[in-house]
Amino acid sequence: MSALLVAIGALLCIASGLFALLPGRGSIRATPFVIVAGSLTGLAGCAIGLTGGPSSLTLRWAIPGGELRISVDALSAFFAAPAFLMAGVGGVYAERYWPAGERRAAHVRVFFGILAGCLVTVLTAGNTILFLAAWEIVTIAAFFLVATEHEEAESRQAAWIYLAASHVAMLALFAVVALLHALTHTWAFVPLPAGAAALTAGKAIFALAIFGFGIKAGVMPFHVWLPGAHAAAPAHVSAMMSGVVIKMGIYGLVRVLSLFDALPFAFGTTLLILGIVSSILGVAFALAQHDLKRLLAYHSIENIGIIVCGLGIGVLAQAHGAPRVAFLGFAGALLHVWNHGLFKALLFLSAGSAIHASGTRAIDRMGGLARRMPWTALAFLTGAIAICGLPPLNGFVSEFLIYLGSFGSVAAPRADWTSLLILGVAPALALTGALALACFVKAFGAVFLGMPRSDEASLAHESPLAMRAAMAPLALACAAIGLAPTLVAPLLGRATAVAAPLLPPVELGAILAPVQAGAIAVALCCAIAFALVARLARSRSAAPTWDCGYATAVPRAQYTASSLAQSVTGVFAWAMPAVVHEPGKLPLFPRASTFESHVPDPVLDRALLPALRGAEWLAGFVRFLQSGRLQYYLMSIGLTLVVLLVWSAL
Amino acid sequence: MRALAQILLVVVASPFLLGVINRTKAIMAGRTGQPLLQAYYDIAKSLRKGSVISTTTTWIFLVGPAVAIVAPLLASLMLPLAGASAPLSFTGDIIVFVYLFALARFCTTAAALDTGSAFEGMGAARELTFAALAEPALFFGFLALARVSGGLSLSSFMTMDGRHWQSASAALVLVIASWFLVLLAENSRVPFDDPNTHLELTMIHEVMVLDHSGPAFGLILWGAAMKLFVYCALIAGVILPATGSILVDLPAFLGAILAIGVVIGLVESGMARLRLVRVPQLLVTASLIAGFAVVLVLR
Repeated sequence: MSALLVAIGALLCIASGLFALLPGRGSIRATPFVIVAGSLTGLAGCAIGLTGGPSSLTLRWAIPGGELRISVDALSAFFAAPAFLMAGVGGVYAERYWPAGERRAAHVRVFFGILAGCLVTVLTAGNTILFLAAWEIVTIAAFFLVATEHEEAESRQAAWIYLAASHVAMLALFAVVALLHALTHTWAFVPLPAGAAALTAGKAIFALAIFGFGIKAGVMPFHVWLPGAHAAAPAHVSAMMSGVVIKMGIYGLVRVLSLFDALPFAFGTTLLILGIVSSILGVAFALAQHDLKRLLAYHSIENIGIIVCGLGIGVLAQAHGAPRVAFLGFAGALLHVWNHGLFKALLFLSAGSAIHASGTRAIDRMGGLARRMPWTALAFLTGAIAICGLPPLNGFVSEFLIYLGSFGSVAAPRADWTSLLILGVAPALALTGALALACFVKAFGAVFLGMPRSDEASLAHESPLAMRAAMAPLALACAAIGLAPTLVAPLLGRATAVAAPLLPPVELGAILAPVQAGAIAVALCCAIAFALVARLARSRSAAPTWDCGYATAVPRAQYTASSLAQSVTGVFAWAMPAVVHEPGKLPLFPRASTFESHVPDPVLDRALLPALRGAEWLAGFVRFLQSGRLQYYLMSIGLTLVVLLVWSAL
Repeated sequence: MRALAQILLVVVASPFLLGVINRTKAIMAGRTGQPLLQAYYDIAKSLRKGSVISTTTTWIFLVGPAVAIVAPLLASLMLPLAGASAPLSFTGDIIVFVYLFALARFCTTAAALDTGSAFEGMGAARELTFAALAEPALFFGFLALARVSGGLSLSSFMTMDGRHWQSASAALVLVIASWFLVLLAENSRVPFDDPNTHLELTMIHEVMVLDHSGPAFGLILWGAAMKLFVYCALIAGVILPATGSILVDLPAFLGAILAIGVVIGLVESGMARLRLVRVPQLLVTASLIAGFAVVLVLR
């Protein structure tokens, strides 16, 4: 039943975009209705899949490697639910964000529908060939969406880097699938034979999976494509990519892990180190950004890092023989997949709304938008509190589970360096959380509070109803998971049991019950205290901001987002040296001068692009082969043939 | 009932701690000093006044003081101020404890930015930076105490029966030293910040609330006093062994909190504030000290 509903939902999503291609002005208006119908159908399927048993749908339609099979278990349904939610929400948002009359409106709708439908196909593929094929379509649809504004060099570059990185990952995944086939002799996802983890092939699967799925998920240092692509795409596509698409890397990793009967230490330690590095450096780079969408993109790296930390705790503790800790790690990672999907999509949609209104992505050119766009500000604030992992919203719940996992290993009788690594997650997560808080105070404060820093920002207007309506379900879901985590606990428990089939389930509801009570207490007390303060401050007079004697406060005198972040980024200067263009020594009567600084990406700008330029230079030496004349090509083919013939004859 | 008594204790007693610190500083400087109850007078005066609210601000401006008073109140419910366990105690309450103060930090710094004042922005930047560096130290300390006490809640950390001083004294000394630095940083005391300074460019916490006035400012003062009290109580609970008898524990506990107040006063009398660029180094040191404690208990 659930597989059927999910398949219908996916087909409706794919079909929604095709309405935009039909002739006639009315047909494109059907798009949001079709995609919302698909989204609701799919969500119903996911709900059945999460509460009931596994189900599958086999179509008599041969694809290479077997039949076309959609299978929904708790894990697939768990990952597919945010995808369906985002599809519907994004479809509604796009209706006003990229209205039907605008240029490339059909382009955006067609590829968004295909992206959503094929995402779900990846997550529910019952066979590895379908898994890879659907993923390839996802990549291509996402490529076209990132390149929507392809007049701009920035968008083109981001799209090409995304395509190249995705295909490097795809190569690794081809190898993973081939190795799985070699071990199981089937193209279906079936458990590997006992002891597979110890074989060379098993180890190769682990290494290639970390590399391939790591690129797809945007784990540092494989994140090169992520910031550019997220920044260039339309807001609802960024929300989809950050909220759902990168999670498929996590899904792939978890799915492959669940096939092994034992998990090696080395795999867990690698995951933990990658997770800690991604989370701390991801947020540090986010702090250094001046572009609102790039800032959010680096936060995706941070949150993927937190998820990978959870998985790392799970794998390492399982290898250690601490099943409770392992279960908490896996459960925290999976819940964070949901949570990050919700609050990051909310943040991207509200940021898109602010960008739409103020006409710039530069944080330091916005400001004061909360007065003009109160609903957008409230949505962004909700997302910001959630992403910082603060109670009473959802981010806190998943981080709480990962913290418990980390603390849980403190009682381990064997205190070797692997358990030290698990323990290290707690302080690392604390540092990450505090830096994320700094970053979102910076973003929220500079964009929505204070005075407008540019004329466009001072003329901003609240977004249309459709865009605000799209943010509402995401904000409500953030609040619901935060205030009532015990309702989610059984679903999470089922998904975790599929992800880690060897672990005895832990009763998550009992662990989360006090968190729920605490969250409700925090929400209530804050509301009461706010009402009290507002009442106490009734007898008030208005005056301009006190600026220590200056007659009038001017917008340019406000503390900028860059200055706010600089005191933190200074601490991380060892990891991310900034490129600064500053005026040298000023003459006695200084003229107008400018100051500019930015932090280049360490992997892409400092390592990968120089290396690729070197490779291009080397390739220049054999460029004479590429003459463009047909005779030469025929001759070289002929010569190669002769050489091969001679070689085989010898 | 106990929860109510506990909240009342924190609400009523916390400004007195400020009086103790100030009196210590006055005695060290050879002054008579302000009355012991000065903080109460200040809060009462602010609460009676009307407020001046900047035309730039939004509702966020008043969320700051509201959450700044809620966070220490709820956090105090997790402290076993006298007795075996706190009114609100569960596995992992330490995480809620830290994140409550983080929520307050989010709201107070956002309220500071709401005014559009450059000085308040500066204060917010410093507050955010130093708190981010102080947080790992707290968690390293939690890890060490979790190992020593075998539990994962503030109640288990703060009601150990004294044997822990024999088995893990070195680690405990390190944790307490590290947390004392965190206390000074989180509550804007010397050497991280000088609560008596009147130069906006150098302040941290005080400069963030330049624009708050009247009742909102009074609540901020009160919230800050409660936060200091809660942090002192945290350290006092780790130092003192619990006997189980409230007649012994409660006076000892309150005495220890006042003693920590005296120590803060002595530190403030004895040294000047650090240059701002030195502050991160001291906070990283605090994390390293607590990290050593973890290594010691795990060996």
